[in-house]
Amino acid sequence: MSAADFRRTLSRDDGFDRRQRWLRRLHLDLPLLALVLLTAAYGLVVLYSALDRDWLAFQGQLSRLAVAFVVMLIAAQLNLAMLQRWAPVLYGLGMVMLVLVLLVGVQAKGAQRWLGVPGLPRFQPSELMKLAVPLMVASFLADRPLPPTGKTVAWVLALIAAPALLIGLQPDLGTAILVAAAGFAVLLLSGLFWRWVLLAGLLGLAALPGLWMVMRDYQRQRVLTLLDPESDPLGAGWNIIQSKIAIGSGGLFGKGLFEGTQSHLNFLPESHTDFIIAVLAEELGFLGVLGLLTLYFLLLTRGLYIATQGRDTFARLLAGGLTLTFFTYLFVNVAMVSGLLPVVGVPLPLVSYGGTSALTLLAGFGVLMAVATQPKPLAA
Amino acid sequence: MMDRDALTLRNPEQELRQFTGRALTLWVFLALAILLLVLRLFQLQVLEHDRHAARSEKNRIEVQPIAPPRGEIYDRKGRLIAGNLPVFSLMVVKERVDDLEATLALLETLIGLTVEEREAFQGRLVRRRRPLEPVTLRLRLDPEAMARVAVNRHRLPGVEIEAGLLRHYPEGDLLAHAVGSVRRLSEADLQRVDPIAYSATRFIGRLGVEAHYERALHGAVGHERVETDARGRITRTLDRTPPRAGHNLTLHLDRDLQAAAVAALAGRRGAVVALDPRTGGILALASTPSYNPNDFIWGLDAEGYQALQQDRDQPLFNRSVRGQYAPGSTFKPLVALAALTEGVTDWERSLKDPGYYQLPGQSRKYRDWSWTAGNGGGQGVVDLRKAIYRSSNTYFFDLGARLGPEPMASVARAFGLGRDRAVDVFGARSGLVPDGGWKQQAQGQPWYPGDSLNYAIGQGALLVTPLQLATVAATLANRGRPVRPRFLMASDARLPELAPTPLPPLDQFSQADYAGVIDAMEAVVHRGDQRFGENGTAWAYIGQDIPYRMAGKSGTAQVVEIPQGEEYDEDALEERQRKHAWFMAFAPVEAPEIAVAVLVENGGGGSQIAAPVARAVVDAWLLPPDSQVAQVAQQ
Repeated sequence: MSAADFRRTLSRDDGFDRRQRWLRRLHLDLPLLALVLLTAAYGLVVLYSALDRDWLAFQGQLSRLAVAFVVMLIAAQLNLAMLQRWAPVLYGLGMVMLVLVLLVGVQAKGAQRWLGVPGLPRFQPSELMKLAVPLMVASFLADRPLPPTGKTVAWVLALIAAPALLIGLQPDLGTAILVAAAGFAVLLLSGLFWRWVLLAGLLGLAALPGLWMVMRDYQRQRVLTLLDPESDPLGAGWNIIQSKIAIGSGGLFGKGLFEGTQSHLNFLPESHTDFIIAVLAEELGFLGVLGLLTLYFLLLTRGLYIATQGRDTFARLLAGGLTLTFFTYLFVNVAMVSGLLPVVGVPLPLVSYGGTSALTLLAGFGVLMAVATQPKPLAA
Repeated sequence: MMDRDALTLRNPEQELRQFTGRALTLWVFLALAILLLVLRLFQLQVLEHDRHAARSEKNRIEVQPIAPPRGEIYDRKGRLIAGNLPVFSLMVVKERVDDLEATLALLETLIGLTVEEREAFQGRLVRRRRPLEPVTLRLRLDPEAMARVAVNRHRLPGVEIEAGLLRHYPEGDLLAHAVGSVRRLSEADLQRVDPIAYSATRFIGRLGVEAHYERALHGAVGHERVETDARGRITRTLDRTPPRAGHNLTLHLDRDLQAAAVAALAGRRGAVVALDPRTGGILALASTPSYNPNDFIWGLDAEGYQALQQDRDQPLFNRSVRGQYAPGSTFKPLVALAALTEGVTDWERSLKDPGYYQLPGQSRKYRDWSWTAGNGGGQGVVDLRKAIYRSSNTYFFDLGARLGPEPMASVARAFGLGRDRAVDVFGARSGLVPDGGWKQQAQGQPWYPGDSLNYAIGQGALLVTPLQLATVAATLANRGRPVRPRFLMASDARLPELAPTPLPPLDQFSQADYAGVIDAMEAVVHRGDQRFGENGTAWAYIGQDIPYRMAGKSGTAQVVEIPQGEEYDEDALEERQRKHAWFMAFAPVEAPEIAVAVLVENGGGGSQIAAPVARAVVDAWLLPPDSQVAQVAQQ
């Protein structure tokens, strides 16, 4: 029980205790559930505006979120030990599918990301890897002495690099970054020596020119655009200029819900997907964004807290890794939309329009709840 | 559990401590990272808010000028002669087109662009424009083409259908030289006019009344602040200052009289100007051949324009106000007034006409028009009255020799020659009134007595326009009260042209002399059934059945000099070297209602060629429509 829960226990009578037991039986973590619901609700309000009050599209997103919540509830019931055993299988399956995507995948918008199985909705294996990679890494590390040895780290890096590269080849830089970040997060939490992290960071910096060489033209353009968006105001710089105008013109209190001129007059591209925080910033202002970031921060805090309370190393690594993945999502997205990072396709978690990413995210929260509710042998 | 065994070698307590430490460190790290985002948003939304807010407003709000409807022009009976036609035009805003070639290709399949349209469009595209200014692709869309474009609007970003008004001249070429026309606003125009006032205007008055009254006709531009989306489509209007329509004008022109004048010219190169002598109002102003001003609006291709420009008959040349010709014998009544006033002659004085005049001590013979190589000719005993109705050169040579240049230049100027007296006639030329000083300056030669002889019969350097000669006729009709020709009769604007300052009467000539000159001019038309060589010069051509009293004077202006001792042989001369035929007239003599000047280029004799045109015009004005049949038969 967290300190907050404890205080609540004091202020209320034993009815709370009963509820607590009831929640535990359902494998639900009330603070996490409340925060997720709150964030999703807030996100839906913004999305409704970003969709130009298109009720039909909004309903579609509502039903997708409902499905994702069901998936979260199911994921919360998973047995952690079983999850740890099945992690390599899931990972292997994901790798096979990633290879298949590159060979026989469906193309859209210049990238090959989907697997089309007749009779089933299109499926994006890279999304699965957002969960499978931290699972695999956590499972792998949990079996070994920690902090990890160099050999272990090398293995983990390979486990991370293989799917990240395959996804990068699609090409889908955003997802590749998220998948890699998920793996690294687990590695960091496992107690990886800081000096190695530092060394890797320096090596990474040294490798930047090499990275530049292998980047595709449009990716290079995005980096250049970040450095000087005004150099091509109607072309590559358009997105970032318009999103900065949208955010900046919102001011402290915003232009009012549904009143955003940048978003509703189509100056802001991708306003209901990757750039949705610009809509929030324009219409509800700095305070509106601050509210969302606060919710995110509370979610992250709760996630990390759950991780520290995990019943064993696997549970802790997994929960911590998923939490940090969530952080990577939101940080990359907000930093990109506000012009701190180059444009990569990363949606704003729990807010952006789209079903697949919501599904993965909520499945992740489900796993977090599983960690929160499966008691430590000691605490039981 | 099998993991438990593996873990026995490890220290769970230490691992938990280490994990908690890591989690705490990372928690601090991500708190800092989120703080970084907050700071960034603070920078954009609070510190730089003003800048971004301004850019956002600039993004969405566009000020669109609204063109004012151009004032309409009516003739004296309220018939429309320049109006506005509502049209829907296909416009392209190049800045908003993603792929111009693809857009044009799509339009091609939708509405079938012609090669000319494409070329004209490309031409307009390269010209300097205001940013985001729509460029015309097709001026008039028919309803079907409009529907096709509208349905495919989503595939045609930057393509707009614009409702507008287009200048239209229902009378086509009939009034082109009088009313003038508008042309597409050019770069050069934008240097002259206020570019803001013309920000929505696409045509500007270039000639005639349209040009002179441009300010009044144009109106004031309106503005509309509109909200546009990223595609430039207007989503709503925020506010609107409506344009003020241009003022309407009513002219003295009479459409029917103009038609009669053009019909009387019968396709010859020439000009007719008819004035109301009481007001100076221009009743008709024709120059033939003419052109259709609508062609310039609908877009004349380069070839069509060249054809007009290079036409030998010069349809674009406004002979009535820009053509300058020697007035020939039509100048004689003025010389008569000068000679009477200077005391060089009187109504009684006469001389014997041998058919030519010789300056004292010179062998050169200045011939009368009646002179022939075989028979010496001559018109017998000639006094001033006969010298006018018989148009005796010999008599006027004598007057010219004794007057010298200055009195003749002075009477010419008094009657408005040598300058533009018109109130509102665009581009009217001044003609030329020579005198001794002018000749010294322009030709570096002294004034010779022979120059005075030519001057007295309206030849030599003296040049007048048909408009000026009509003004002379009107001033004679008014017995010396000059008028300033003008088009404008009425307007809903208070224009200064409605009340021009009156000119002082020409009191230097006596009323008796005016009466005598008018009487002689009446004889030109009406004196008939006399012996050979005693009838008025125009009587045989127009005077025999004329139902009202008309005063007139013919003129025949030489185009080439005829060598001494040779006859003017019309058949031997190229058509374009033949004499210009003039006639000026006013009627009814007792209370003149119309004064006319007629010029027929290379027409030949003034009485024979130009006088019937003048009569047809006066008939059309004075007689009820049904009695004009006789005149048509005469033609």
